[in-house]
Amino acid sequence: MQSGLLSSLIILPLIASIIVLLLPAAYKASYRWISLITQILLLINVGTLIGAFDPQKNEYQFLEHYEWIRLTLGNSSILSIDYIIGLDGLSLAMVSLSVLVFFIANISSFSIAKKEKAYFSLFLLLTATVIGCFVAIDFFLFFIFFEFMLLPMYFLIGIWGGPNKAYASLKFIIYTLVGSVMILVVMIALAMSNVDEFFTSEYKTTVFSFDFRILSDTNNLLKGSLLSIQNPIKIFGVNARDFMFLLLFIGFGIKLPMVPFHTWLPDAHVEAPTPISVVLAGILLKIGGYGLIRIAYGFFPDVATNYSLLISIMGLISILYGGFNALAQKDLKKLIAYSSISHMGFVLIGIAAFNVEGFNGAIFQMFSHGLLSSMLFLVAGVLYERTHNREIANFKGLAKNMPLFTVMVAIAFFGSLGLPSLSGFIGEFFTLFGSFQSSKIPKVIPVLGVLGIVLSAVYLLWTFQKMFFGEFWTKEEFKKSLTDLDQKEIFMLSTLGALTLLFGIFPNLLFDLINPTVIHLFK
Amino acid sequence: MTFIALIPLFPLIGFLINGLGYGKISKTAVPWIGTGASLLSFVCVLLAYLNFKETAIIVNLFDWISIAGLNVGFSFQLDQLSIIMLFVITGVGTLIHLYSAGYMSHDEGYGKFFAYLNLFLFSMILLVLGGNYLMMFIGWEGVGLCSYLLIGFWNKNTDYANAARKAFIMNRIGDVGFLIGIFLILQNFGTLEYLEVFEKAKAFHVGDGIIVAITMALFVGAMGKSAQIPLFTWLPDAMAGPTPVSALIHAATMVTSGIYMIVRSNVLYTLSPFTLEFIAWIGLATALLGATIGLFQNDIKKVLAYSTVSQLGYMFLGLGVMAYSSGLFHVITHAFFKALLFLGAGSVIHAMSDDQDIRNMGGLWSKIKITAITFLVGTIAISGIPPFSGFFSKDEILAHVFEHNKIMWALGMLGSFMTAFYMFRLFFVTFKGSFRGTEEQKHHLHESPKSMTTPLIVLAVLSAIGGFIGFPEVFHLPHRLNEFLSPIFENSRLVNSSFGVVHISHNLELILMGASVLVAVISILFAYMVFGNGKNVPVADSEVVGLKKLVYNKYYIDELYNKVFVGPISAISFFFANVIDKKLIDKIVNSVGEGVNFSSKKIKELQVGVTGSYILFMTLGILLLVLYQFGPSLLSTFNLLQNK
Repeated sequence: MQSGLLSSLIILPLIASIIVLLLPAAYKASYRWISLITQILLLINVGTLIGAFDPQKNEYQFLEHYEWIRLTLGNSSILSIDYIIGLDGLSLAMVSLSVLVFFIANISSFSIAKKEKAYFSLFLLLTATVIGCFVAIDFFLFFIFFEFMLLPMYFLIGIWGGPNKAYASLKFIIYTLVGSVMILVVMIALAMSNVDEFFTSEYKTTVFSFDFRILSDTNNLLKGSLLSIQNPIKIFGVNARDFMFLLLFIGFGIKLPMVPFHTWLPDAHVEAPTPISVVLAGILLKIGGYGLIRIAYGFFPDVATNYSLLISIMGLISILYGGFNALAQKDLKKLIAYSSISHMGFVLIGIAAFNVEGFNGAIFQMFSHGLLSSMLFLVAGVLYERTHNREIANFKGLAKNMPLFTVMVAIAFFGSLGLPSLSGFIGEFFTLFGSFQSSKIPKVIPVLGVLGIVLSAVYLLWTFQKMFFGEFWTKEEFKKSLTDLDQKEIFMLSTLGALTLLFGIFPNLLFDLINPTVIHLFK
Repeated sequence: MTFIALIPLFPLIGFLINGLGYGKISKTAVPWIGTGASLLSFVCVLLAYLNFKETAIIVNLFDWISIAGLNVGFSFQLDQLSIIMLFVITGVGTLIHLYSAGYMSHDEGYGKFFAYLNLFLFSMILLVLGGNYLMMFIGWEGVGLCSYLLIGFWNKNTDYANAARKAFIMNRIGDVGFLIGIFLILQNFGTLEYLEVFEKAKAFHVGDGIIVAITMALFVGAMGKSAQIPLFTWLPDAMAGPTPVSALIHAATMVTSGIYMIVRSNVLYTLSPFTLEFIAWIGLATALLGATIGLFQNDIKKVLAYSTVSQLGYMFLGLGVMAYSSGLFHVITHAFFKALLFLGAGSVIHAMSDDQDIRNMGGLWSKIKITAITFLVGTIAISGIPPFSGFFSKDEILAHVFEHNKIMWALGMLGSFMTAFYMFRLFFVTFKGSFRGTEEQKHHLHESPKSMTTPLIVLAVLSAIGGFIGFPEVFHLPHRLNEFLSPIFENSRLVNSSFGVVHISHNLELILMGASVLVAVISILFAYMVFGNGKNVPVADSEVVGLKKLVYNKYYIDELYNKVFVGPISAISFFFANVIDKKLIDKIVNSVGEGVNFSSKKIKELQVGVTGSYILFMTLGILLLVLYQFGPSLLSTFNLLQNK
């Protein structure tokens, strides 16, 4: 059944992007609304998809498959690149998060007051590419979306960013490109080693494929190919499969981001305008985790287990290093950026566990972090919009003047520090428990990981106290502008807050969706 | 059993109404909603108790988490233990809500305060009513949050905000242990539901390593929540919160969660004598430490706070010698008399226009009669004078300790001696003698309103007679508490034959009892001799010297923690952020960029169109080519020539 519903998630924002581009500047005021309506349509479509999705089916659903490129290679074999999109529990969770975060970010974008046409068309383009990335099940298609995402992102930070935007956007793009190159290498190696049996018999010649479903089955590996399991070929003295896995690990690790490949993130966040920070933390980082699960672990399950220890150590380092760094930050946005690094470390630990609990936990953690980090960056945006300042030391006793704001910040902070009944706890619990369960990981790693939870309480409560408790004080020039939340902000923050609470109390809403997929991954 | 689900529901509704309606609900309605929610909850507990028949009732509201083979229900378990705890929580809770209606009536955050109190009640009920360890953990963290919010209720004061943060973080440190304990249980038992875990625990043997690990990990959690060495320093600071909070959260209920946790897991602890011994010593050490510090404090709430630390120590001491029900007994009586004492202190502070320093008090006996008399009842109860409640529970603990280890018993008696002393010191200095405060304070001295004195009277009655639920065996009167709780310890009896066996003869029991009464009486007389005339007042802070100064300043433990933990952590974070991140990682990243820039600049010069440089490069190139082509043969020719 090719209903096109899934494609609409990519096509709608693309069309909207073009409309915004073509509309004359006289209709300037309508750009944001066109964009918002598109996001609402996406929400509705994803809602329909969730309703129609059957978690128990162990295959991609809503599959759409069109032949795209059939490249005949020198030795008369064929390289097949297709437009294939589909959803399983993992991608559905990520797509749902994406449309939600984009919807919220779109509302937040209403305050953009410079080059609106370019902004909203780029924003819509970003929407399309991000969703495309999560629904693509052809590696080539995935890679195109993955790369294309950088373009709008680069400009969105580079044009609408803060004072140091040029440095930040360049750093962002170069970091990610380095990761992309690694992924590209693996993609080519994979495609040239995997054979589509079905088409091979149809075309009567070897057909190499980028189809995820073929790549994830090691039976499709061509004997004697670069990535063959039986007779390993060495690259720089390392087995080719190990080498490729490690390339993917670093490639997606940069995106996650994983210490020590993280320094692009704080800079990008500090410079990016609020809605772009929201998208960056809420969604873009998740592509790193998604790629690790879907591609690195999905296509190299045989070697992945060898690196559980390494990856869990990297995760632990991210958790603790990110946490300690957060503690030392003076800029609120930087603090949140480092806390993101720390929280994404839990994703790594969960993935490294390589068991059902760990993977479930990692996916839940990504979802939950999507909600919470969006909230946190909105919170930082609230202050920045009013004062053009984010220095923690410039604000004291805000609780008195901005009570509603204080409540929202408290929810975001306590959610982030893993208070049970808010979503953050579930993700952290299961990533840590998964790694505790894993025979590949020494117990000391999850035990030290738990200390990360203490650390997050330390830096978040300390910040909360410094900014919200005590007598009200701020610089004279900010005093007038520090008013409590407006309707728009209340809507955004309370929506996210309510969702955090919802998924904290009913985590099964998400687990029911992803658990069957995760179990299937391990078969 | 619909009553069971209603128990936590009412406080939740109360929280939502007062919380969401904050600022909109009229000030008269606020306490009715808050107290009403608590009272309704109490009624439900009563109804649930009346319908209860010996076997535990499980109510599974919904499947909370189900992944792979793991299933954690959002479930409640009503049994003897949870009933007892629920009675204490909702009963004392209701009284304290009522008290707060008067005590907090002048505060601008009145509605917020009641919302928090209800939220606390809700979390505390989840903690004791939950049917598995994860439910306990939700409640556990929930009460931690409420404690944070309520300690920092007057957060404009920096010290108070600090105290709130300290409490939350210290508890978090304990939670590390709790979480690891949960992981271990889940890993080894495959479930977190109490009944299943305890059923499976029977297959283990006394002293099995894994059980030791689980019980130790859980106990670390208990240390945090119940303020045991080394995680106790947050509790005295927590007195920054409004006094009803100190009474409810930091004396009667939340801080006893650790005891609840251990009694709940009694099978596991019975399987691990090593952990029990450890708990006993920690408890004893905490009891003594708290008592010594309590001897010299001059802030009325601080004395009570250290006394709480000390009494919690006694409870753990009891648990450590497998006297689980005695520990729980002390939880109950302590909830009565310590809530009474704190509320009484609140009434005193109220009368003193918010002054808490006992050196400024004196002679209050005649001014605030009801407060003074009820306070005296509480003081007698905690000191262990029969037939007041504290005597029964403490004596029971000490009798078990005597059987276990005589030295521990002797130290425990020493603690008893100090307890009676510091409590009566507090009483005499506050209520006897003549008034030492300012004229203005004197002018304002008044008894508290009815909403405050009623809870005092009820609690005083309970403190006086509450001990009768458990008479010592020697009197041949029923020990209702033990009988009621007995099914809870069924598994402990099965796994360890030494559980619950009493060797003490009745004669010895009487002697022990006599000894503890004697110690208390001597101590009280001693206190009377020093402070009884009301003229001997503790000296000003600056005049405290020597060993006393050390104790007065709480052995400088806070300062030690700051040096050993807080300092290094800030140093590390500074180092990571400013050295590793900026000077190392970013340096490398940027120099890669600069390297590319630099080399491209140099390479660019190859094609800038200057003929001179083209010719230079051409010449060099030709030279290189020639060398490459003919170099080796030229070299060999050269060598050949040289050799000749």
